[in-house]
Formats: sequence, structure tokens, C-alpha cells
Amino acid sequence: MITFDQTTKTYEGGVTAVKGVDFTVEKGEIVVLLGPSGCGKTTLLRMVNRLETISDGKIMIDGEDSMSLDSIELRRKIGYVIQSNGLFPNMTIEENVMIVPDLLGWSKKKKKERFKKLMDMISMSSDEFGKRYPHELSGGQQQRIGVIRALAADPPVMLMDEPFGALDPIIREKIQDEFLQIQKEVNKTILFVSHDIDEAIRMADKIVLLRDGELMQYDTPSEMLVRPKSEFVREFFGKDRAIKSLSLHTIRELQDIIGLAEFDEGIEDTITINVNHDLRNTLSMLLNQEADQVIVIDDDGNKLGAITIDIVQKYLHFEIKAKPTLVQKG
Amino acid sequence: MNKKKVISLIVRYSVYGLVALFFFWAISNNYFGYIFSESSTFLLLVKQHMQLVLVSSALALLVAIPGGILVTRKSFRRAEWVVSNTVNLGQTIPSLAVLALMISILGIGFQTAVFALFIYSLLPMYRNTVAGIDSIDENLIDAARGMGMKPVQILFRIELPNAAYSILAGVRTAIVLNIGTAALAYVVGGGGLGVWIFTGIQLFDNGYLISGAIPVTLLAIFVDYLLRLLERRIVPEGSRPPQEL
Repeated sequence: MITFDQTTKTYEGGVTAVKGVDFTVEKGEIVVLLGPSGCGKTTLLRMVNRLETISDGKIMIDGEDSMSLDSIELRRKIGYVIQSNGLFPNMTIEENVMIVPDLLGWSKKKKKERFKKLMDMISMSSDEFGKRYPHELSGGQQQRIGVIRALAADPPVMLMDEPFGALDPIIREKIQDEFLQIQKEVNKTILFVSHDIDEAIRMADKIVLLRDGELMQYDTPSEMLVRPKSEFVREFFGKDRAIKSLSLHTIRELQDIIGLAEFDEGIEDTITINVNHDLRNTLSMLLNQEADQVIVIDDDGNKLGAITIDIVQKYLHFEIKAKPTLVQKG
Repeated sequence: MNKKKVISLIVRYSVYGLVALFFFWAISNNYFGYIFSESSTFLLLVKQHMQLVLVSSALALLVAIPGGILVTRKSFRRAEWVVSNTVNLGQTIPSLAVLALMISILGIGFQTAVFALFIYSLLPMYRNTVAGIDSIDENLIDAARGMGMKPVQILFRIELPNAAYSILAGVRTAIVLNIGTAALAYVVGGGGLGVWIFTGIQLFDNGYLISGAIPVTLLAIFVDYLLRLLERRIVPEGSRPPQEL
């Protein structure tokens, strides 16, 4: 758990980067710090592991004032991932991943086992990659290594500064999904900086929207999309907020609430879509008119029904817009 | 075979040819004769030459590298401008002038020559140390700090290994230059193979000239080769420039 209590950052010249921010990241939650560039989100993140000093207010980690701890020890207990992955070119992948355990003085055997376990998590072979150097890996692989390096000593808290920002969109989505899977397993308390709205909606349990160092709104993604508290929040998420909010829902939810259409075996030009697909991608697919009929199937391939633009629209109107408080993250 | 390869082969073999021609000319005129007829003097001169290079390079190494590390520390950053310009100034004074100046302070002999060579070796070593450390991606240092590495650990585990290639290149340049410049030690009575080179110039005796100059050249080439081997051992595989991998 990370608690920000009137946290403020004022630079020497009198510029205030973060103004009295108050919020709590609960254990096991991913909170995304979102906002336009220069809003203070990275500064706020870096104040947690004291790479930036705290000018005023407090940051508590698991109820302990971060200033009461030794900064070196504090940092070893917090996983840190940065955009440019920060892998050390002079060290092999194994040495890179095992830096913090090494600093903490783990035994060779324990390190070896931990490395293997972490590599398994991201489906990379520890034998194949362990002795390689960072430059021999692709961007996506390097970023995965950056993530497991932060997890190496099993810290309760993780800070991630636009960790997937440098990746191309297809790989980014894949790694985001993979990371959410890992998070289900490791259940870390995560503070995540992003400037990408879609990423924030995808990854966040809650979003902190910042502007000029001030907290504008702290809410779940769906609440923020459906009930923006101010004009700034409304504008920040844009006119396509409704469509964006669809990515928080799956076809299964739609099926449970308003049901699917009957499908027609007679139509030949048919494509199928998995019931766990999110509604935003489904809508794009429908709008692209890739086929005359789109049939929803479950994991076993059973046909559950057909989906149309009308049904998605109906769901959007009656379920998302009318009952915002009932909306939960999918 | 492409054009580039052909040209590089032609250039390479013409150089080999010229070298062979030179040795044929020198040997047929018995220009290397002094090496054998005055072999004890020759060995003494080689020994003196190597001493000059070793002592001055070792001193420069001990001053330039720690100095370069020191000015790249956060708290000494402001001193970098002053230090770098002082070292640069040292390099802009002609080597003969440095020697002459030193005579008035240290007198003539070995120590004057060593001091001048020391001054000369500082810049390449210092500059490459600073450049090597400066060229390390800020994000790496940030990541290292964020993971809880202490400044000393960052220096020895991240900064120095990643700057090693640049630092060693500076050391190699300095030492190889030093071997050539050490021939000037004769001017201040410092001995070395320069003695034969200058004798050769003064007496118009190609034999002395070549018996002095060729060993200096070979020594420089040999030391350069040795230092490259050392580089391969010291520089971590992952931080070598791509073409060397």
C-alpha cells in the first residue's frame, strides 16, 4: 500500500511540479498516473523511491513514512521499471535480472532458481537467454526482462515509468496482457506512469489524472469515462470516451445482460469471434464489415449467437450510460 | 568481390610491398649493421627507451584515470571545465618547448624526459576516461540508482565496465604516441633510441638513423598489438562497439 499525504514537490527555482496530492494505492492494485506531459506524473513516481526529494507532505509505504527509511534500502524493496528498459549492456541477461538479489546477498543457488522461475513467467528459456547480452534481444524481449528484473527480489511495491512506451503497438498490447497475467499471479502494489489513455484504461484498477501537478480525479477507468468530474477530465478522455469505455467490457457481459442475436446458418460469409473479446475491438471488427455475419463462440468453439452493431449500441446506451455506478472493470 | 574490397586489398598489398622494398633497400645497404656491431649500446638504448615509456605512462595512468573519474562525480562536476582546459593547455604546448621548459626546472636527464612524456600522456587518457563515462546513457544510471545501488557500486559495476572500451583506447593512444615521442628524450639527455636517430641526422648517417627509428616503430606496433589483446580481455563483451563483436 502506498499513501500520498499532501505530497508536494517544489524545485529550487520555485516551480511547483506536484501540488498537495492525496491518494492511496491499495495492496495488489494497479494505479495509473495519467496526464499531459509536464503534469508531474513522473516526478510523483520518482518521489516514491526518493529519486526525487519530497518538498512537503508525506509518502507512506505500508504505513511507514518513506523518509524514515534509508534510501538505499527503500529502493531495494521497490521494483523499478523505466521506459528505455535500463538493462546494463555489460552484464548478461541473468546478471541483469539478478542485480537486486545480488545486492541483497542471496546465495548462488537461490538466485539461479529465482532466475529460472522469472524467465518461465515471461515464457523465455533461462538456458537460452541467460548468458546472452541485452543488445542481442529484441525490444519486446528487453522490456520483458526489464519487468522481471524489477520483480526479482519479490518487492511488494513496483514503480513503472512508461514501461511499454517505446514498443510498437502490436507488441505493446501483447506485453500489457502478459503483464496483467503476471500481476494476477504476483499481486503487487503498482504505480504506473502513462501518457497513453488506452493503456491506462487497459491496465488500471484506478487512474489518477493529473494536471499541472494537481490531482484532477482519482477513480476507476469506467467511472472516469462515464462520470468525468470536470471539463478537463471530459476533454482529456476525448469525444470517443463512450467507445473507449467499451474496451472495459467483454461480449460475455453483453450476452449476460441483453443477450445475443440468433445466428443464421444459411449465411455463408461468416466469421467467428471469441466471447471473451472486448467490445471495443468487436465494434471495430463489425464496422470494418469483414463478413456478413459475426458469430460469437466460446472457448470450446460452441456457437453462442450473432453480434451486430445494433446490439453493441444498445448495450452502450442502456447499460453503460444509464447505470454508470454498476459498471465494473471487466 | 565488390569494389571496396578490391581497393582495400590493393592498398594493403601496396603497403606490404613498400615495406618489403624498404627493408630490402635498408638491408642491402647494411643500414641495420649498428644493431649487431654495437649490440650492447643498442640494448642499453632500448632499455632506456622502454623505461622512459613505462615510467611516464604509469604515472599518467595513475593521475589521468582517477582524475577523469573524479571530475565526472556529481559534486566535482563544476571543476570539470577548469581541469579539462588545464589538461588541454598542456597538450597545446609543443613537445620540444615542454622539454626546454622542464630543463630549466629539473635540469637535464631522465627525470625531465619522463616528466615531459607524462604531461603528454595525460590528455588522451583523461579525455577518454571522461568521454567514456559521459557517454553512458543517463537512464542506466537512473535505473541503477532506482534499484538501490550505492554510488561506489554504480561506478564499479556500471560506469567503469561500460566506459572501459573508451578508457583503454585512450591509454593505448597515449602509450603508442609516447613511444614515438620518447625519441625526443635525447634532446634533454634522457637517452633512449632517440640517441641514434639524432646521431644519424647530425652525421647524415642512414645506418644510425634507421637502426634507431625502425626499432622505435616496431616497438610501437608491438605494444599497440599487446594493448589490443588486453582490451579484448578487459572490456565486457556486451559493451564493445558492434563491429568488434
